[in-house]
Amino acid sequence: MAEWIDAKPKNKAAAWLEERLPVIGLVNNVVGVDTPTPRNLNYWWNFGSLAGLMLVVQIISGIVLAMHYTPNTLMAFDSVERIMRDVNYGWLIRYMHANGASFFFIAVYIHILRGLYYGSYKAPREVLWMLGLVIFLLMMATAFMGYVLPWGQMSFWGATVITNLFSAIPVVGDSIVTLLWGGFSVDNPTLNRFFSLHYLLPFVIAGVVILHIWAKKVSDSGNPLGIDVKSSADQIPFHPFYTVKDAFGAAVFFAIFATFLFYMPNALGHPDNYIPADPLVTPGSIVPEWYFLPFYAILRSITFDIGIPFTDVVIIPAKLLGVIAMFAAILVLFFLPWLDRSKVRSGKFRPMFRWFFWFLVIDMVVLTIVGGKKPEGIWPVIGLIGTAYYFAHFLVVLPLLAKFEKTLPLPESIANPVVKAAE
Amino acid sequence: MTMKLAKTIAIALTAVAGFAGTAMGAGAAKHPMQMEWSFEGPTGTYDLASAQRGWQIYKNVCSACHSLKYFRFRNLAELGYEEDMIKAWAAEYTVVDGVDDAGDPKERNGLPQDAFPSPFPNPEAAAASNGGAVPPDLSLIAKARHDGPNYLYSLLTGYEDAPADHEAPAGKSYNPYFPGGNISMAPPLMEGIVEYEDGTAATEEQMAKDVVNFLMYVAEPKLEARHHMGLNVLLYLLVLVVVLYFSMKKIWKPVKEGKNFYKK
Ligand code: HEC
Repeated sequence: MAEWIDAKPKNKAAAWLEERLPVIGLVNNVVGVDTPTPRNLNYWWNFGSLAGLMLVVQIISGIVLAMHYTPNTLMAFDSVERIMRDVNYGWLIRYMHANGASFFFIAVYIHILRGLYYGSYKAPREVLWMLGLVIFLLMMATAFMGYVLPWGQMSFWGATVITNLFSAIPVVGDSIVTLLWGGFSVDNPTLNRFFSLHYLLPFVIAGVVILHIWAKKVSDSGNPLGIDVKSSADQIPFHPFYTVKDAFGAAVFFAIFATFLFYMPNALGHPDNYIPADPLVTPGSIVPEWYFLPFYAILRSITFDIGIPFTDVVIIPAKLLGVIAMFAAILVLFFLPWLDRSKVRSGKFRPMFRWFFWFLVIDMVVLTIVGGKKPEGIWPVIGLIGTAYYFAHFLVVLPLLAKFEKTLPLPESIANPVVKAAE
Repeated sequence: MTMKLAKTIAIALTAVAGFAGTAMGAGAAKHPMQMEWSFEGPTGTYDLASAQRGWQIYKNVCSACHSLKYFRFRNLAELGYEEDMIKAWAAEYTVVDGVDDAGDPKERNGLPQDAFPSPFPNPEAAAASNGGAVPPDLSLIAKARHDGPNYLYSLLTGYEDAPADHEAPAGKSYNPYFPGGNISMAPPLMEGIVEYEDGTAATEEQMAKDVVNFLMYVAEPKLEARHHMGLNVLLYLLVLVVVLYFSMKKIWKPVKEGKNFYKK
């Protein structure tokens, strides 16, 4: 556990300020560039700082876009086209922001999967993990509202479908939907409040990111071996070692990002969003952005009511059940530290868990595919199986593994990663 | 671990690729013909001669029914036209601009900064003249359809007689590339419907290709600037990746040698 360390700046002016307002100490204690860090972090540990960088890219490009964008149903689409055609480098800023959202999610998904594989959610990092999930939820809300802003066909119909979900909630559902809409359909008040919140939430995310980093500083970084730091020999200063490694990773990641931005800027978007929103024309199929597809598949996989057998009494209608399943898919992750009680953190030393981890990854890919298909033919069945497997992984497989899995012997220390059994 | 990881990633990527491929062909319509376009690929640029001919087609044929609300006459300069030509073309059209002292709508000749005007005063009038279907604005059409340029080319050249078991409703034409097959636009391109200023033979395929080049330019006018900047950015990042890689190797050397940085 990290102690609070007072900064003692050598520079006179800085020392003077520090005595009156200890900001340098605060930053050092919360972030701390020379924090002792495990010496064995692999490249999967790059994605945290990458996600942070993408947040910065999104905030800066977003602020510039907001200078030119008009949140009004009659002018929103035109104002986006104006940005693309008449604003200097407007096309660059907009394509950066639109593709940046996707790359932000790519970084965050890999970051989360890394946490799942290496057991980063286990004690003492439960709060760190949960703060990360809060960031993920806020990102989803932000991205969803951002996609509505250009006011194309997918913006409008996506907003209609997703906001309508809340009407499934008993008693208060309809009031919630009216509140979201600011009226009785998706219209100008909806666009206005989504714009306001889309601008606000990234700063809330930035705040939670600071807490997330602080929690990491207090509970120390995990590491691929999943064993605790035993002595200073296990550690190296964050700077310059991980700063240069993160910078290298960022340059590679940005090169891939730039390839999309400059050479296939619309590959991850939907062509229908280049058609202005029209409440009278429903698009052939309404598909969310790729990063929502697994959750969309879970939502749509439930097509049956739960009721009392042999009667017509419906306790939970299918629509509500779908909504519950979709939210539960993320909520279950909050309980992960207590569902997976295996003493061993890292998947490296858990031969069975490792298999199930990759099954989960495949399951997520399958759900992504199902989410993009029309719910016809075999797809709803695959979606239901995929959904069932997703929950089974967390609620059945992990608790059982903790009991029955025979884990491999752990190495002695990070600095001396040989297996103890050799003694 | 790494072997297994690589294998799994490979499986996942194939799955995703297959998914993207089938998503393109969704719907009952015929898969568009795959043509070669000069603007494709990382160094793609517009074929200006073709886009100029496409402009001639648009102006003489398509503009009778369609609008181009995000395209301004002055943008024609980027297709290589001189300012006085652009002024003259704009002046051929009348645009409504505010009201006069009596409160009546005021008309004037078009100026280069005007958007290409719609032939109809409102969507209702457009629908009334086209058997109930509104001809869509074409400014973004090349990006607003899956596989846009190929789709447009296929649609424009793909009119044919309806198969025996297919009955097109009155006022509609059969086109297998159009979702549902029945389109309210009569075949707009007929061999020789225009005479090209540059002497190119105006076959149906040639005209379709030219108008697609023009419409793609209208939908994505900054494509060349984007490709050009992309090359510079990628070159810069490539150098950065190399420099950072070797810096990292050098900085990490003592760590790899097992040095303890905290030993007093
Ligand atoms: C006589 C009027 C008329 C002319 C001339 C005309 N169109 Fe159309 N166009 C229409 C109508 C009407 C529709 C709507 C069709 C429908 O929805 O069934 C349409 C639709 C379209 C579409 C949209 C198809 C889709 O996928 O929804 C494109 C693209 C198009 N036209 C291109 C052109 C081009 C290019 C030209 C010039 C070569 C042209 N049109 C000339 C009337 C016209």
